[in-house]
Amino acid sequence: MRVLFFMLCALLSLAAAAQRLSGATFMGPSTQAMQRDDSLNPAMLWVKEGETAWRRSDEGNGKSCASCHGDAERAMRGVAARYPAFDAQAGRPINLGQRINQCRVRQQAAALAPESDALLSLESYIALQSRGMPAAAPDDARLQPFLERGQARWQQRMGQLNLSCAQCHDQRWGQRLGSSIIPQAHATGYPIYRLEWQAMGSLQRRLRNCLSGVRAALYPAGSPELVELELYLAHRARGMEMEAPAVRP
Amino acid sequence: MHAKPGPNLKRRRLLAGSAALGATILVRPAAAAPDELTAAVQAWTGGVKPASGRVKFDIASLVDNGNAVPITVSVDSAMTATDHVAAIAIFNERNPQRDVARFTLGPRAGRARVSTRIRLATSQKLTAVARMSDGSYWSDTVDVVVTLAACIEGEG
Amino acid sequence: MARTLIKLPATARRGEVIEIRTLISHPMETGYRPGADGQVLPRNIIRRFSCRYNGELVFSAELFPAIAANPNLIFHTVATESGKLTFTWEGDNNFAQTESADITVTA
Repeated sequence: MRVLFFMLCALLSLAAAAQRLSGATFMGPSTQAMQRDDSLNPAMLWVKEGETAWRRSDEGNGKSCASCHGDAERAMRGVAARYPAFDAQAGRPINLGQRINQCRVRQQAAALAPESDALLSLESYIALQSRGMPAAAPDDARLQPFLERGQARWQQRMGQLNLSCAQCHDQRWGQRLGSSIIPQAHATGYPIYRLEWQAMGSLQRRLRNCLSGVRAALYPAGSPELVELELYLAHRARGMEMEAPAVRP
Repeated sequence: MHAKPGPNLKRRRLLAGSAALGATILVRPAAAAPDELTAAVQAWTGGVKPASGRVKFDIASLVDNGNAVPITVSVDSAMTATDHVAAIAIFNERNPQRDVARFTLGPRAGRARVSTRIRLATSQKLTAVARMSDGSYWSDTVDVVVTLAACIEGEG
Repeated sequence: MARTLIKLPATARRGEVIEIRTLISHPMETGYRPGADGQVLPRNIIRRFSCRYNGELVFSAELFPAIAANPNLIFHTVATESGKLTFTWEGDNNFAQTESADITVTA
């Protein structure tokens, strides 16, 4: 009987540990309301710009995104949920922002600078087309070695504070670091409007912030190491609801 | 102390230095703050102490981030031509300056209710004051706790 | 041109109080914040917002650095007649932007 009782407790705690919670769960009600309501969410300013940019053909090549893809509501539906994806040309995974730029360069348009309003606008407009859908990082055998490296990096202690991502976000989520509650760090809302930045930013910006927070050397923006982490995060969050563009403290 | 993004090593040194000074660069000394808030309110009312009531200041008591704190101020008023809210002013206690916003309403507003998002440098009191068409003043004061971000994160 | 989002009903009954929501992209730089080099960034904020209904001022706001970046404003007005609502934001560095929206008011 005692054995059964302890087994049940173990099972229950496993179930609790397996419960995946969006970062929105750890925000106050007014921040949650800011995300839920498109008339309050500052990210929608970037989405609106993205919608305009999607149709704009002033790139010198006479083309707009819409010229090839048509309506984003249809063509980009579910796309952000599948990224990072394997890119045959690069031979490694790329994230959505990199894919947008790759497409632009192929069409003889200029690549957009990382973290620029222009790129974030397109990225958030495209990500919006996956909102409400389950995160669906693909089962692609080619991604396996990169996924494993991303996972290893997630579990590896880093920086002067010698902390791994897993120590806070897998083992101590829900507890407090300073005055903030540690979230589980599921990247289902990116690009986000972060109150701390007072602006939109990509997942890579947030990852670099975290690395800086543990006083680790920062991988350069766009680096393969960061994309591998993004890839691991995408797999870790598979099945969770896409929330982009989210609001976060 | 809420120096916001753009930090690098120089900023961390600056912050460390200001922490040593008691971090008072952007935050008013505690003793002066309530007096300054009262003074700011009375400067707007022309020396009248507002009555309590009719005004409701809605704000989260514990905010996620002081950079963008949603607020709503509503005033109990029929908003008729002869009886309406003419203006609403919001003052703070411990930001670098006392004013937050001033709104001009009138009978065409229909409802005396305004929402926006404000910045709070630290935990403090906020007062919303309404000037009515009959010249009377009413106010509501709230106390807000603003916590610092856990990691002062660099941008790199 | 700053990006704006404005939400209000396209139609209303005469005398109905309608809610108007506005959002505008703007850094609302306070003038108190040091930049990456440690120098304080100069103030750059929207100082004034006004809403006119067929030319008549129905709501206005004086904004200070304590208003958040990418500020939103939610306010109300009485639907009196069909016409145009115009929204004007003005601020530092000769910032000035006007947007408008039509409203149809039925009896």
